[in-house]
Amino acid sequence: MTAITPLDEIDRRIVLATQSGLPLDPQPYHAVALQAGVSPEEVMLRMRQMLETGVIRRIGAVPNHYALGYRANGMTVWDVPDERVDELGEEVGALEFVSHCYQRPRHLPDWPYNFFAMVHGHDRGEVERQVSCIAALIGDADRGHEILYSTRILKKTGLRIVG
Amino acid sequence: MMDELDRAIINSLQGGFPVCERPFAEVARQLHTTEQEVVSRIGRLLESGILSRFGPMYHAERMGGSLSLAAMKIPDSDFERVAGIVNAMPEVAHNYARDHALSMWFVLATETPLEHAAALERIERATGYPVYDMPKIREYFIGLRFAA
Repeated sequence: MTAITPLDEIDRRIVLATQSGLPLDPQPYHAVALQAGVSPEEVMLRMRQMLETGVIRRIGAVPNHYALGYRANGMTVWDVPDERVDELGEEVGALEFVSHCYQRPRHLPDWPYNFFAMVHGHDRGEVERQVSCIAALIGDADRGHEILYSTRILKKTGLRIVG
Repeated sequence: MMDELDRAIINSLQGGFPVCERPFAEVARQLHTTEQEVVSRIGRLLESGILSRFGPMYHAERMGGSLSLAAMKIPDSDFERVAGIVNAMPEVAHNYARDHALSMWFVLATETPLEHAAALERIERATGYPVYDMPKIREYFIGLRFAA
């Protein structure tokens, strides 16, 4: 289970002021402070705290991977023994081309896969080489896998909390 | 088109952005350029869509929210209708078509687990298809640095 860090009113105001992005102002945290109605020192303190507790994963930029030439995005799904998924998750997650890696529930008989790893390549050939690399790592714990390529983005918005 | 400085900025910002009085000046110092240049370059990279976001990435579950992947088996002939219904729901953050019998994959972002269950039920009722709920049991790694 993920620990929940309750947000107070000031945190919430900071989240609302920054969830669509940081202002492109030489003093961005001052601009956030104005919008949230608290001091810049308070904004910086709270954001450092949220980074520490993991409420903020990181502050930075997210490139559009299509724009950078990563056009083949494969959701690779694997059926591995439940008792080995933690160990394999750590190993597969450490591979440099894996961006997300999760254990998820099976839906038998339609969906036998309990382990997901998202991989990104410039083309499908690159993704297939990455998948062979994962398969080699997983070894005989691989009881079956598939690559599901995204064929269309139907919707993509950021996460939002409402004010 | 991106030049060397754009690439350096993108690569640097994937690693984190400082929390301090003049953070752009800090980044500029490391990249041997000016604060103004970093600010305007980030603006241009966002405008041109090379960057999709700049700012804090919040962890929904740590804030008490619920973030979950779900999939549906939708025949081609009914795909557009169902996509319309699913996309219209504010709880649906992302929705992707994938080349598989389970052809529609979406992420539900809600503020509470109760809202999550309610949203799944509404989707099943409105579309007439069962939803395969695939909440994560464990997360092993998130975050990839794309070489720009």
